[in-house]
Amino acid sequence: MARRTPLWDRHVALGARMVEFGGYEMPLQYSGIRDEHLAVRGRAGVFDISHMGEVLLTGAGAEASVQRLVANDVARLTPGSALYGVMCTEAGGIVDDVIVYRRLQGEGGSPPPEDGFLVVVNAATREKDVAWMRAHLLADTELTDISDRIALIAVQGPGAVDIVAPLCEAEVRDLRPFRSTGARVAGIDAYTSVVSRTGYTGEDGVEIYIDADRGGELWDALLDAGRDRGLVPAGLGARDTLRLEAGLRLYGQDMDESVDPYSAGLGWTVKLAKGDFCGSDALRRIAEQGPPRTTVGLSLEGRSIARHGHPVRDGDREAGEVTSGGYSFTLGHGIATALVDPGVAGSDHLDVDIRGTMTAAAVVPLPFYKRPRS
Amino acid sequence: MPDLSGFRFTATHEWVETVDGGARVGITDFAQAQLGDVIFLEMPEVGTTLKAGDRFGVIESVKAASDLFVPVGGRVAEVNGALADAPERVNTDPYGEGWILRLEDVDEAGASLLDEAAYTRLTT
Repeated sequence: MARRTPLWDRHVALGARMVEFGGYEMPLQYSGIRDEHLAVRGRAGVFDISHMGEVLLTGAGAEASVQRLVANDVARLTPGSALYGVMCTEAGGIVDDVIVYRRLQGEGGSPPPEDGFLVVVNAATREKDVAWMRAHLLADTELTDISDRIALIAVQGPGAVDIVAPLCEAEVRDLRPFRSTGARVAGIDAYTSVVSRTGYTGEDGVEIYIDADRGGELWDALLDAGRDRGLVPAGLGARDTLRLEAGLRLYGQDMDESVDPYSAGLGWTVKLAKGDFCGSDALRRIAEQGPPRTTVGLSLEGRSIARHGHPVRDGDREAGEVTSGGYSFTLGHGIATALVDPGVAGSDHLDVDIRGTMTAAAVVPLPFYKRPRS
Repeated sequence: MPDLSGFRFTATHEWVETVDGGARVGITDFAQAQLGDVIFLEMPEVGTTLKAGDRFGVIESVKAASDLFVPVGGRVAEVNGALADAPERVNTDPYGEGWILRLEDVDEAGASLLDEAAYTRLTT
């Protein structure tokens, strides 16, 4: 039986088509994936992403533990700041990709000056991650899985900040990317209420962490506030097509424990200079020898759609596999990411075997879509 | 609701309408709603001869690729060329502008067709 987020009844009332994802019954779409995708690119969309997991690490050893668990360097994070990173096995395979926040002091009952970190993990990997994290914690660190206590709502799109800012008791417009602040939103009193300038769509926007039992109120207030600005509820279908255009990776599809971060194109998140951490020996070796595979962007002609698992060929040679593929509503053609032999990454063109039909694809840099800078 | 009294349906969610000695084929409203936004259709060549139940193409939606099967046999006389540029017609008007194939020399041997009432029972 799939779990429900605190907003489940809202989705059903809005007539969403529900699907199971990561163990949760989630909205796939409301009005349609294309509509929702274009609304987020042109105006704004609101997403329930409460299925994401939140793991709190506190105690005197928290920073050292996070440094051991995550390949990126959290030492430079100031309170409220976040970074993207991966957790890796001893062999250098990706356990999960995560967002790590250094907590705001005093937020969520953390007594200052105690340090703490919030690690946001994928829904499908939450149990695995928590077990793996516990097994690799250093001394004086307490781990608490607070996922079930938190509703997480994303507002994304060029109009997102204009919708959220008037509701917030903090200046959201001044919040830089990957920064968060504690703030009451829409007058809702909650133990946790944190606004973060982050997202998974390639657009500007925020993600709001709030107590699970106040999530419904926040959802309603956001939809109300955004009604005149073209805000629409958007589901996981649009979230996937948006993140693919933005070149953002999806765990379980673009990477898993058999893929190292260099192959996945996430080498920039690995900070070997910070010292030893989980997987660092293997990652150092991979960095020196060069990764076994490379992630490339593929642009397909016309409306052909490459899908996860379709073989990629370079002439007569097997070159790799599509990891994510779909139709780009913004660009009007098929796009895909593929894990390929590094030897072919310099080719201008590769072929995708779409159910037996060889389809030409141009090798293009990622991301496919970059939002215009205002 | 459009008048579907002249239409017959398959359990795989295609429809067929007999017209002027030939037949038009498409997918049902239920099918298009399940598929979501249609992006692309892979169609057979004109002149191809098919038997009832043969796979004749693929429909790609945002979510997945699905096989298409002909409700009745026949020779492909025409494919709906307008769908190349406007595949969303399958979503907006599945029984009209979103038609997919026109068959001639129709052969119903081996066809397993449902009337509107039976198809409605299947999908509700």
